[in-house]
Amino acid sequence: MTGQPEALADAGAILTVERLTVRFGGLLAVSDLSFDARTGEILSIIGPNGAGKTTVFNCITGFQRPTGGRVVFRGRSVTALRPDLIVARGIARTFQLIRLFPGLEVIENVMIGLHARTRAGTVDAVLHTPAHRREEAWVREEAHRWLAFVGLEGRARHLARTLAYGDQRRVEVARAMAAGPRLLVLDEPASGMNPAEKDDLARLVAEIRSLGVTVLLVEHDMGVVMGVSDRVIVLNYGTQIAEGAPEEVQRNPAVVEAYLGQEDDA
Amino acid sequence: MTNALHHAARLRLGAAVAVGIAALALPLVANAYVVDVATLICLYVMLGLGLNIVVGYAGLLDLGYAAFFAIGAYTTAIMMVRYHQPYWATIPVAALLTTASGVVIGTPTLRLRSDYLAIVTLGFGEIVRITATNLDYTGGPDGVWGIPRPAIGTWVLSSGTSLYYLGLAMAAGVLVIAYNVAHSRLGRAWLAIREDEVAARAAGVNTVVFKLKAYMMGALLGGIGGSFFAVKLTAVDPTSFTFVQSVNILMVVVLGGMGSLPGVVLGAAVIVGLPEVLRAFQTVRVLAFGLGLIIMMLLRPQGLWPSSTGEVARETPVVPPGRRQPLGPREEGVP
Repeated sequence: MTGQPEALADAGAILTVERLTVRFGGLLAVSDLSFDARTGEILSIIGPNGAGKTTVFNCITGFQRPTGGRVVFRGRSVTALRPDLIVARGIARTFQLIRLFPGLEVIENVMIGLHARTRAGTVDAVLHTPAHRREEAWVREEAHRWLAFVGLEGRARHLARTLAYGDQRRVEVARAMAAGPRLLVLDEPASGMNPAEKDDLARLVAEIRSLGVTVLLVEHDMGVVMGVSDRVIVLNYGTQIAEGAPEEVQRNPAVVEAYLGQEDDA
Repeated sequence: MTNALHHAARLRLGAAVAVGIAALALPLVANAYVVDVATLICLYVMLGLGLNIVVGYAGLLDLGYAAFFAIGAYTTAIMMVRYHQPYWATIPVAALLTTASGVVIGTPTLRLRSDYLAIVTLGFGEIVRITATNLDYTGGPDGVWGIPRPAIGTWVLSSGTSLYYLGLAMAAGVLVIAYNVAHSRLGRAWLAIREDEVAARAAGVNTVVFKLKAYMMGALLGGIGGSFFAVKLTAVDPTSFTFVQSVNILMVVVLGGMGSLPGVVLGAAVIVGLPEVLRAFQTVRVLAFGLGLIIMMLLRPQGLWPSSTGEVARETPVVPPGRRQPLGPREEGVP
């Protein structure tokens, strides 16, 4: 599955969304949306509430079956594939409202992220075979490394629910990174964070990109988006209304109108 | 913190060794009645450990668990009485059949949650019991009796003590299986499903397959318990596999502490042992038992010996801080 030559995979777009459409009854949540994520970039999708951002993300990660259109990842269609298969293909995600395994330890949360990269079956588990023991040792080691990566090595044995909000988000990122993704999809990671936590998050996202992982970001917080993104796509009413570098997009009249129009309605 | 952890681990190991020695030495110091009660505790340890996988680890409420117990017991009973097979040959068959029945109950319920799931499993339990009552092959309401005692060569395990040791050995075997499974990728996937199914899918867990595996493993261990039950009682009939039986096994798990292996052992000891201890109070025995359970659950809703949940990561080595080496994604051992 990962046997294809790196050079081929890395040429151009890692993710292509083609004419994506999602309809909920009479509501057109996403309408004929097309865009690319280029290998190694940080691409943000922004837009007012209800613009369809999260729906697009759910289609990419297999949590929402699109009504029409295709999602192509590294040259192969992942449209309407099961979430666990999409993770195995190399797309990992976090959730807008943090979804950890609250009653488990932080390290266990991250170890579960390694599920798709491990193979031990029921018989290995029951018999506790040497191969199983080796894999488990590797899982622990790897989980600790990702926990260290997000700066939470000291919290490994704490229950996930006891962590501060910003730290919980880091655990979620560590769990996603432990799955070994080529594309990391972050759904409003800065929501509910204080300014210091937002700065940390922006640094973390930049660090993830420096590992060669493409990052797709849905974000409300303009500060985070403008600071960290290479490219921004603006959605409104399920369609793309602007695309470009952060500074360009900020000056785009259609974008300003979409955001100010939102204020009038409120 | 590390010291405290080591201390806790040593305490747990010490407790396990002490319980093990006490269990082995029991027939030397106790009378036949106590040994018989202890044998029953071994049975409920097996059943509790099996149900604990479904309810405690995967978080799937099962109110018909006695069905797997029944299938295991009837398999051994029928194979020994009708087909004159040695006891040891019936255990793998019982395990296989109960695992298959785990698939049967698991498949239609995979998309159900909590209350709906509870009703479907309850129905399954009743169907199995009623089928056993009405089939001639299973002996109808009379069941199957005259089950021979298990034998090793020419040595027949007919004394209470030898059956106790058989039950103890089987319970220990089931405990080892449950422990190994709990400390594995499989156990982690179950915990993930219990904690948050959506997050489990996002972490790469095929929730359908792993829920099914929980049913199968839980059924398998219950089947082994049933197999022991058949040779212990030498007779099997449908009244042993009622809804109340399912509830009893569920109480072992809930009282002990869901997802906790020592909790299940302790829960089995209390659920089986307490009514015996309360025999002194004759008329109010059942009432006292019920009240005791209510009070216990109010005071300790997490169970007598709750899961420390760290169980899965217990042997995790502590990585020294400052070990932040640059990581590449999928750099090693990635399929």
